[in-house]
Amino acid sequence: MSMITIACTINGERVETTVSSRENLADFLRDRLALTATHVGCEHGVCGACTILFDGRTARACLLLAAQADGAVIETLEGATRTGRLAALQKALYERGALQCGFCTPGMLFTAAELLEEHPAPSREEIREALSGNACRCTGYQAIVDAIETAAKDGRAER
Amino acid sequence: MKLADVEYVRADTVEHALALIAAQDAETRVLAGGQSLMPLLAMRLAAPARLVDINRLAELERLEVVDGRLVIGALVRHHRIATDPLVARVAPLLARAAPHVAHPAIRNRGTFGGSLAHADPASEFPACTLALNAEMTLASMSGRRTVRADAFFEGLYQTAARPDELLLEVSVPVATEASRFAFVEFSRRNGDYALAGIAAAATADGDRLTGVRLALFGIGDTPVLASEAAAILESGPVTDALVKQAVATLDGIEVRDSATAGERYRRHLARVALKRAALALARPEAASCR
Repeated sequence: MSMITIACTINGERVETTVSSRENLADFLRDRLALTATHVGCEHGVCGACTILFDGRTARACLLLAAQADGAVIETLEGATRTGRLAALQKALYERGALQCGFCTPGMLFTAAELLEEHPAPSREEIREALSGNACRCTGYQAIVDAIETAAKDGRAER
Repeated sequence: MKLADVEYVRADTVEHALALIAAQDAETRVLAGGQSLMPLLAMRLAAPARLVDINRLAELERLEVVDGRLVIGALVRHHRIATDPLVARVAPLLARAAPHVAHPAIRNRGTFGGSLAHADPASEFPACTLALNAEMTLASMSGRRTVRADAFFEGLYQTAARPDELLLEVSVPVATEASRFAFVEFSRRNGDYALAGIAAAATADGDRLTGVRLALFGIGDTPVLASEAAAILESGPVTDALVKQAVATLDGIEVRDSATAGERYRRHLARVALKRAALALARPEAASCR
């Protein structure tokens, strides 16, 4: 096993450490930095629970090696919550009851936020398509789609 | 679902990467977007001794028109193919296919070159490159060579690239006003692997089509050109009868069987895909190309 030195920015803070070459980024965030909002579900890129922001775009943390974080700017749900960037979406999901166990919610939030940045007025069909890589085993998606639709409307009204 | 132990090396230049993958001391895999390779490693379906990370090779991110061809660096991400106005203008088939590739977060990381080098029979871009007569530029310590898409996909996850070669870039001819494209895919959910699909290209000449290339995917070990069907579509004005005749040629092609979709079902989907694509090529204004 080789050890790699990395320096990156996570939730606005500089992180310099060494990681194991076989460590994935999701495990690194959870086990080494206690950033447990990044959930680990399938560990092979299918469920979307570990979705984070990597250099400004959504990415599966389980499909990145921690070693690849060198030089990267990473945001997890802890950071996005602190800055209030996702507050409108979080409120909409909460008010619509768009979560039960909450396991998929961090990934849903990042995916929905990226959708709304690129498409401020998505159709329900477009919302569903954007969420197609994020599995929710509780809600049947209906309420999640409702909440994103509401957040999109509120966001447009504020502009 | 954790990776087996593996050495990780970050390549700083193309030359560095080529030296690393040429080294004989360890089984090596190139890590680009990692969206197919990382699951294989997690599931231990692949267990190379060394990963060579090429994500820092900025020269593999080029996307520009050179001498009438769009040059796409191997590291260009799917999201960029889907959204870059240049791609939409000069290679609309790729822009149209890109949203079918997996899901948004995967498209943010997955690379064009990685998709081709991985050569999954159900993936979209290999078929597109076949339809577009793409040329792949491969590099090794001993030099560079160009391989046409027709000769690139050799088998299930097998390409013409040697173990010491790196796919640097791909080029496709720039579309003209007479170019016609169609892309049709059937999958169980948005972003899932295709059960069957087609990437099609042609040139309109009055009420006729020339240069028809119909690349089916999801049905065999590699994307396959439906050459017989293409010849029929070139043989006269594209009428419903001619399309029917072209579709009938798919009875003779080999279609794989699998637990998710049997041979008969896949063949049926391939027929429908070809029919829709043929009509879209002939009447682009009337057809939805999705």
